[in-house]
Amino acid sequence: MGALTEKVLTRNLHHADQPDIDAAVGRGAYRQLARALTMERDAIVEEVKKSGLRGRGGAGFPCGLKWTFMPKDSPKPRYLVVNCDESEPGTFKDRLLIERDPHMCLEGFLISAYAMRASLIFIYIRGEFVLGHNTLARAIEQARAKGYIGGNVLGSGWDIDVILHRGAGAYICGEETALMESLEGKRGYPRLKPPFPASYGVYGNPTTINNVETLCCVPFILERGSAWFAGIGREKNTGPKLYCLSGHVKRPGVYEAEVGIPFMRLFGELGGGLLDPKRKLKAVIPGGSSAAVMTASECDDLPMDFDTLMARGSMLGSAGVMVMDDSVCMVRACERVLKFYAHESCGQCTPCRVGADWIHRTVARIEAGGGKQGDLETLVSVCDGMIGKTICVFADAAALPAKSFVAKFRDEFNDHISLKTCPMRAGKA
Amino acid sequence: MNGELKVGIEFEHAAQGLGESTLKEIDRAIARYPRKESALLPALWLAQQEQGFCSLEAQKQIAEKIGVSPAFVAGVVSFYTMFHTRPVGRHVVDLCTTVSCWLRGSDDLLSQLERKLGIKAGETTRDGRFTLRTVECLGSCGTAPMCQINEDYHEDLTFKKIDTILDGLK
Repeated sequence: MGALTEKVLTRNLHHADQPDIDAAVGRGAYRQLARALTMERDAIVEEVKKSGLRGRGGAGFPCGLKWTFMPKDSPKPRYLVVNCDESEPGTFKDRLLIERDPHMCLEGFLISAYAMRASLIFIYIRGEFVLGHNTLARAIEQARAKGYIGGNVLGSGWDIDVILHRGAGAYICGEETALMESLEGKRGYPRLKPPFPASYGVYGNPTTINNVETLCCVPFILERGSAWFAGIGREKNTGPKLYCLSGHVKRPGVYEAEVGIPFMRLFGELGGGLLDPKRKLKAVIPGGSSAAVMTASECDDLPMDFDTLMARGSMLGSAGVMVMDDSVCMVRACERVLKFYAHESCGQCTPCRVGADWIHRTVARIEAGGGKQGDLETLVSVCDGMIGKTICVFADAAALPAKSFVAKFRDEFNDHISLKTCPMRAGKA
Repeated sequence: MNGELKVGIEFEHAAQGLGESTLKEIDRAIARYPRKESALLPALWLAQQEQGFCSLEAQKQIAEKIGVSPAFVAGVVSFYTMFHTRPVGRHVVDLCTTVSCWLRGSDDLLSQLERKLGIKAGETTRDGRFTLRTVECLGSCGTAPMCQINEDYHEDLTFKKIDTILDGLK
């Protein structure tokens, strides 16, 4: 189990001319859009529901179910927002899709917008992705010229417009309500929920926000049927999935596999094992840096799916898999993870603004040799004071991995405190 | 303005307003959105494209066009790491130091860059050629270590590779 018999989302990424609409159409792009426009909208939503597709952005929420939250009778304009703010450390799959196959992406966005009766698509792309932005902008213009975007799409009577919106550097804008605030020209402060975006989204209008990879699955679900999609992987953990492999691995990169590919297969067969084969595997962060770290022994028999990782105390998240060998000091690794959250906390909620910075400084102090007895207990209690106490889950995303590092590598933390230095650094000196 | 104050230099820069063509571009950006407030980020991008940063005067002009206060615009500018509030080097070198890049040697690359440019992260070279910053994950972890210089990603960096890249930037 694990490998796909054929590539799906990545099948055309190796063609240099794929971003060009004629080449993409020659390989089948927009065929499912044309078909979708002849279908009942609710039938499309039903297919996506039956496929078991879960969100690829991090939360793993069932995609079709999310779409049904859009009110059917609202007279207000309805929006689809595409979340292309890919910023979770260790994640680089959406960037690949938009840079190499923008028309596959657009087709997925358009079919989804049609299914949920949207009249406008916002694509929110992180500010740093300049190449991806320009590639998408060109693809949108080409698609407009061919009649896939605009008034009366392919003679169906459906009008749709697309606005490509560039962020400007803020991780929190990947959180859906912060993204909407940013889209409205404000600081990216997450909103209280409820109300949820489906009832009160961009400008207070019904809005659905989906990840790029999630929506790229939709044309394939229409083409091959929900049963085909649901037949890949296992129950409630279905479909092809992009895994991002990085860190101490021989062949880092994006790999498409079944949801649930065993970690050792992903890492060993696809990734080629450790970068330095003389080293040993020490730890893995399986789903972006907000996921709890796993020890090497926990990775032995580990299907990389949503429910298994959650049951084992971590998460599949954005499938950003970061591999560490035994040259890594786990206190330093923890410090690196927390530096990110200290920098990116939006500052709206006190437990997060103060907590993320405090836990980072404390771990940095321990790493530098200034740790004291009792630090770890205080650290864990501050983490507990952050979890579940803020508007969005950012605080949890900082505190949960911090707790996992301390729990699973407690000896290394204690050694730093008692030796007043990093044992690995001391060993090298 | 008090010339003796160190901040005097920044007041000078702050006084720069946007040119006609940028102001027209901002109007076009406003027209693209259902509500004009959504054009704030695009407007700031246009200002930065013209000036290299978002001057206080530009922020005021944008505030007027969007219909918000200059303080509101300043609050937005300061929230996003890619907007500069003062002049920066011609080439802004953003070195990623998050987990995957760190695992692949970003610490050593940072030392090398600081040595070569003679500045610390956060500073600009005296000749105005380079600004060096450390940044958080840029979504290029499979090709770590990496940096972004202005708009371009430079991936799979080695000492030699970054040396050659910097030498090629005038």
